[in-house]
Amino acid sequence: MRIRAQMSMLFHLDKCIGCHTCSVACKNLWTDREGAEYMWWNNVETRPGTGYPVGWEDQDHYKGGWRRDKKGRLKLTLHSKGGGIAKAFYNPHLPALEDYYDPFTFKYGDLFTGPASEQQPTAIPISKITGKPIEINSGPNWDDDLGGSDLYANNDPSMEGVTQEVRSQMDELERVVINYLPRICNHCLNPSCVAACPSGAIYKRAEDGVVLVNEDKCRGWRQCVSACPYKKVYYNWTTGKSEKCILCFPRMETGQAPACAHSCVGRIRYMGVLLYDADLIETMASSPEDELLDAHLDMILDPHDPKVIAAAKASGIDDGWIDSAQRSPVYRFVKEWGMALPLHPEYRTGAMMFYIPPLSPIVSTIEDGLVRLDLPSERRDFELLDELDKARMPVQYLANLFSIGDQEPIRKVLKIMLAVRSFKRRQSVDFVETGSIDDSTTKMLSSAGLDEQTAEEIYRLTTLPTIEDRFVFPPYHREVAIEELNDPLSAKGEAGFGYRQSPQRGA
Amino acid sequence: MTSNDFLFGVIPYAVALLALIVTVLRWKMHQFTVSSLSSQLLESRKLYWGSVPFHWGLSIILTFHILALVVPRGFEIWNGSPLRLYLLEITGLALGFWALFGISALIYRRYSEPRIRKVTSKMDIVVLAVVAVQIITGVWIALGYRWGSYWGTAVFVPYMWSLFRFQPNPDLVEALPWVLKTHALAFFVFLGIFPFTRLVHIITLPLQYIGRPWQKVVANRTPSIPDFEPNTTGGDRPPVVVGAQHKSN
Repeated sequence: MRIRAQMSMLFHLDKCIGCHTCSVACKNLWTDREGAEYMWWNNVETRPGTGYPVGWEDQDHYKGGWRRDKKGRLKLTLHSKGGGIAKAFYNPHLPALEDYYDPFTFKYGDLFTGPASEQQPTAIPISKITGKPIEINSGPNWDDDLGGSDLYANNDPSMEGVTQEVRSQMDELERVVINYLPRICNHCLNPSCVAACPSGAIYKRAEDGVVLVNEDKCRGWRQCVSACPYKKVYYNWTTGKSEKCILCFPRMETGQAPACAHSCVGRIRYMGVLLYDADLIETMASSPEDELLDAHLDMILDPHDPKVIAAAKASGIDDGWIDSAQRSPVYRFVKEWGMALPLHPEYRTGAMMFYIPPLSPIVSTIEDGLVRLDLPSERRDFELLDELDKARMPVQYLANLFSIGDQEPIRKVLKIMLAVRSFKRRQSVDFVETGSIDDSTTKMLSSAGLDEQTAEEIYRLTTLPTIEDRFVFPPYHREVAIEELNDPLSAKGEAGFGYRQSPQRGA
Repeated sequence: MTSNDFLFGVIPYAVALLALIVTVLRWKMHQFTVSSLSSQLLESRKLYWGSVPFHWGLSIILTFHILALVVPRGFEIWNGSPLRLYLLEITGLALGFWALFGISALIYRRYSEPRIRKVTSKMDIVVLAVVAVQIITGVWIALGYRWGSYWGTAVFVPYMWSLFRFQPNPDLVEALPWVLKTHALAFFVFLGIFPFTRLVHIITLPLQYIGRPWQKVVANRTPSIPDFEPNTTGGDRPPVVVGAQHKSN
C-alpha cells in the first residue's frame, strides 16, 4: 500500500442557492487579469443546461478523459503519446473562445464624456480582447436560472436516457426544474490533463493531491485543455500558458479554506482530508463501467483502521494529517454515510470532489387553477421515500451526472436525505412533547439504512455545522517543506523576504 | 575584408554565438517567457489552414537541408538516377509551396483577425517576415536554379562545412546568385533573432513525452518526514518526484 492524502471538497447541492458568490470570490482572487477574463476556475451551472463551456460533457466532441478499450486497458481519449506531439501544431479538439464566451466590458467613460444630446449617453459593450464594440451573444452564466431553458436544458448532454415523457414534462412551465451545480477542478487521482501534457508541466502534489500547472514549464501546447473532461484547465491567451484552479493552496497551507468555500453563502461546501491507496489508481480507472463507481469510492480508505494508519505513517504521512483525515467531514459524507458521489465518474479520472445530489419538489399539475401535487390523496406528509419518481428532478438525470446512469446510488442518497428530513420534522413537530419518536419513524429511518443517532449526526453536519466542522485542514508544515528546499541557515544574514540576488557589492 | 567575407565569414559565427548564449540565458532565467504562444483559442479555422502546412512543410524541408549537410554523399547517390532526382525535387518543391501557402494563410490571419492583431507583437511580424523571405527565396531557387539537391552538395555544403570546421571560406559562395545568398543570409538573421522571439519554442518540442509515464506526482518534501535531515548543502534543490502511477498505454 502506498498511501497518499488528498484534500477534497464536498458540495451539498441541496443547500446551494446559486448565488455565484464562490465564482466571484475566485474571480477576484485569481483570474481578474488580462488573458484570464474568460476563465472561471469556479463556476456555477444551472442544470439541466449546457454548462460552461457549452456542452462540456459531450466527450464525443471534446475528447476529454479516459476510456477503457476492448482489452480492458486504460487509454487517454484524446491521443496516444506520438499523436499528442503530432498535433502540437494544431489541436483539433481545443474549445474555441466562443465555447466559453467573448469577454466583454462596457465603455463606461462615454457616460461622462459623451456630448450633450437629447438622449442619455449609453455605455456600449466592447470586447475585452480587442477593445472594439461587440454584440454580446453569450457570457458567464448566460443560461443562469430559467434563461432559455427550452434551448439549454434540451441540449444538455446528460439528458441522455431520460425518457421523452419526462423530458416533455419538464418543458411545461409548472413542472420545470433546475438545480445548481458548482464546479471547480476535481483534482483527480488519475488526471487526464497531467497525462496529456507533452511538456510535463502539470503535476499532482504528493502531499495534498492538488493538481498544478508549472507555469515555467508550460509551453502552451494546449492538450490539457482538451484532455480535461471537466474543461477546468484554461489557456491564457496573453501569457501563452495554461492555468487552472489551484484549490487555493496558499490559503490551505495557512489553514484557511479556499476562497470559493470560505465565501459560500449557503455553506454548502465542506473540506477535509481523504486517504487513498495510490497503487490502486490504475486498477480503479480501468474497471468495467458497472464496477467503476464502487471502485472509485473504494479508493478512499478508513482513516480509523489501524492497518491504514500504519501504512499511512510508513508512506510518510504525519500524525497531523492522519488526525485530520479522521475528523474529515468529507469522509463522513462520502464513506460513513454514503451520501456523496463524484461528478461523472465515467470519465475515469478519479475525480476527488464530491456531490450530494439535490432533493426537488414533487411533480404537480394545475387543476381548476389550483396546484395539485401528483401524490396519493390520503398521505398527509410529503413522503417521497417510496415515490422518488415523483420528484421533479428526474432520478435518471442525476444518475447521469453522478453515478454513470445507475439510479440505485442516487435513490439511496435521496432516501437518506428524505428520511433525515422527515425524522427531524416528526421529532420537532409531531413528538415535540415526548421528545422520542414512534415505531413508524424508526422503521422509516431503517428503510433508508439509518438509525436515530446517525440521522441526528447527518442533520447536525448538514444544517448546523460551524466553520470548524465544515473545514478541517491538516497542519501543512510548510516550514518543514521549505527547509527541505532551502536551507534556512543559508539565509542567515539576510533580512525579511530575502533577495533574488544576494545583497553584495557587485563587480 | 570584403562585404562577402563579413556576411559569410563573420556573421554566421556572431549569430550562432548570440543564439546559443541568449537562448541558454533565457531558458535559465526567464523560462516563463518560453511558450509556443498559440493563438488557437482566439481563432481556430484560419489557423488550421496556416499552421499545419507551415509547420509540417518547413519541418520536413529543414530535415532534408540538415540531411544534405550531414550526408551529402547520400544525396549524390540518390540523385544518380534522373527519376529519383525528379522525385526528390518535385517533393521538395511541393513542400515549399505547401509551406508558402501556410505562411500566406498565417500572415492573412494576423492581418484580418482583430483578436490576432491584438496578440501580435512587433517581433512576431519580424519573425513572419524573415521566415517568409526564407520560403520565397527557397521556392525561387527551386524554380529558377533547378536541381538544387544535386548541385547544392557540391556548391553549398563545402561552405557550410568550412564554417563547422572553423576555417570559414566565404569565397566558396561569393559567385553565387543573390537569391541563394539572400536565402542563406535570411537564415543567419533567423538564427540571430531566434532567442529574442517566439522562435525559441522550436527547442521545446516535447519529444521526451514519448518516454515518460502518463502521470506525474511531485513532493515538496520527501516521504520520510520523521527521519528528516536538513539539507546542509544549501541552495535550491528541485522538487522530488516520488514515482508515477502507471506506465504508458
